[in-house]
Amino acid sequence: MSADYRKITLDGLWHNNPALVQLLGLCPLLAVTGTVVNAIGLGLATTLVLIGSNLTVSMFRSLVPESVRLPIFVMIIAAFVTAIELLMQALTYDLYLILGIFIPLIVTNCAIMGRADAFASKNTVAASVTDGVMMGVGFTAVLMLLGAMREALGLGTLFSNMQLLFGPNASNWQITLIEDYRGFLFAILPPGAFVGMGLLIALKNILDTRIKARRKQAQEQPTGSKRVRVTG
Amino acid sequence: MSLIRLSSPHVFKANTSAAVMQQVLLATLPAIFAMTLFFGWGTLIQITLAMLLALSFEAICLLLRKRSLRFFLTDGSALVTAVLLGLAIPPFAPWWVMAVGIFSAIVLAKHLYGGLGNNPFNPAMVAYALLLISFPVEMTRWTLPFVIQGDGWQVASFADTLRLIFMGMEPVWLDTLTGATPLDVLKNRGGMTTEEVWRSSAVLSQGVFAWYAVSGAYLMGGIYLLYRKIFTWHAPVAMLATLFIMASLVYGIDPYNYADPFVHLGVGATMMGAFFIATDPVSCATSNKGKIIFGIGAGLLVYIIRTWGNYPDAVAFAILLMNLAAPFIDLYTQPRSYGHARARVGIKDKG
Repeated sequence: MSADYRKITLDGLWHNNPALVQLLGLCPLLAVTGTVVNAIGLGLATTLVLIGSNLTVSMFRSLVPESVRLPIFVMIIAAFVTAIELLMQALTYDLYLILGIFIPLIVTNCAIMGRADAFASKNTVAASVTDGVMMGVGFTAVLMLLGAMREALGLGTLFSNMQLLFGPNASNWQITLIEDYRGFLFAILPPGAFVGMGLLIALKNILDTRIKARRKQAQEQPTGSKRVRVTG
Repeated sequence: MSLIRLSSPHVFKANTSAAVMQQVLLATLPAIFAMTLFFGWGTLIQITLAMLLALSFEAICLLLRKRSLRFFLTDGSALVTAVLLGLAIPPFAPWWVMAVGIFSAIVLAKHLYGGLGNNPFNPAMVAYALLLISFPVEMTRWTLPFVIQGDGWQVASFADTLRLIFMGMEPVWLDTLTGATPLDVLKNRGGMTTEEVWRSSAVLSQGVFAWYAVSGAYLMGGIYLLYRKIFTWHAPVAMLATLFIMASLVYGIDPYNYADPFVHLGVGATMMGAFFIATDPVSCATSNKGKIIFGIGAGLLVYIIRTWGNYPDAVAFAILLMNLAAPFIDLYTQPRSYGHARARVGIKDKG
């Protein structure tokens, strides 16, 4: 079975985006997107786990019995999460402290379990890794967008504290959008995340409707003149 | 069908949303007057600002949603939201607080859900709760009643109030004009007994009259609306009675540490919430039994959050939580129509 990599890519990034369409993994998505750096940190960790678990699950897909597949997937995912957690402790300790419980909780992220069960257990290794990368990138992109929205509205800055993830050089990446901003606590608190997420989903739906309408128009035009109309 | 109705009156006039909203606006006049009398020009300026903003946001949303501007702008629902929010926020709050509030009320809480009639939450209360958690400093700096200050009307003239709201003012001057609300004082009492708090705080001992008067004005407006049959008595009476009973019980057990029931009824947003928010035909329960349950829930939540929660007043949170429960209450309180079998209650199974 040859995989359609273009379709896998588009599905992960847009048509079947884990955050915007499948609405999976919303708990970490809503909880840690207060700033861009938190969003990137969690997004990267999730992507790495997703790639690792998809790779392993698809490698052993013929050996895993159907009836106990879920516990086995959970153990594979948990192993990768532990590895990522140790990696983050070693490399980005401050960010590890900020993200706290949400790193171990990646195990319960349904986006990862969903991909393992729905895709990796039925497809080749190469296709599964591609799917993991694309789903991860799609998830991270939404996290970053939401993080940027909430940070800009809530704190009036963008890319603050990037040194937590990218080393001391990144400490001057911060962009202050508004001087003397008083802060808008609502955007930082959980309700702001829900509202922001809702707006992002709405935006995607609007874009999809527009694209569909345009495509329909483009398809109809060339044939329109040749077709004989039989109905009023 | 009015064929069955044999006795007079035989002629009815259909009640439109616009007529109902006009009556509600009329009923807020006593409260607006009382607020202005005791807290200065701020309230009037806030309400005017809120109305202008509400109409603008409403118009923008209607244009974007391709709805009839004339029909929906003249129904007055945006104005009611604006007046209620204008009455609810501190009179000297800066203009951008009101702008954020009206935006969240009209755009987020109303039009994103599909406009008037489709909003699950009361727009004014959504805005108030959002402002309270976002701007705790601005939202808890309530204007001191002019009873305490003596010459308050000279201290904050119309021009001064305008400048205070639109340009900001040096905080020192603002501090002399503003303070905590009575519920705030009673909540953050620092170990004093109720009696000691009353004696030590000017807001309570001298100023509490102002809040009672404003509550009385809301009560007047509410009774007028009841008389005009804009809403039924069920939700407000249930809410006030529950709050009164709860407060009496706890006060009866421990009068040293808890506020008395009349404070709970007369201070804070109780009366406004009971008569102007808990009676919202859109976001509250529908049947009479449902309205009573809604009122009891709101009253209980107001008392619980006020007494053991983090915020001094709780009407907005209580009503929003009950708004969330309203569809569920409706499912279980479907009235039985005469001569028919009992109404099926609860969620219908699909099988």
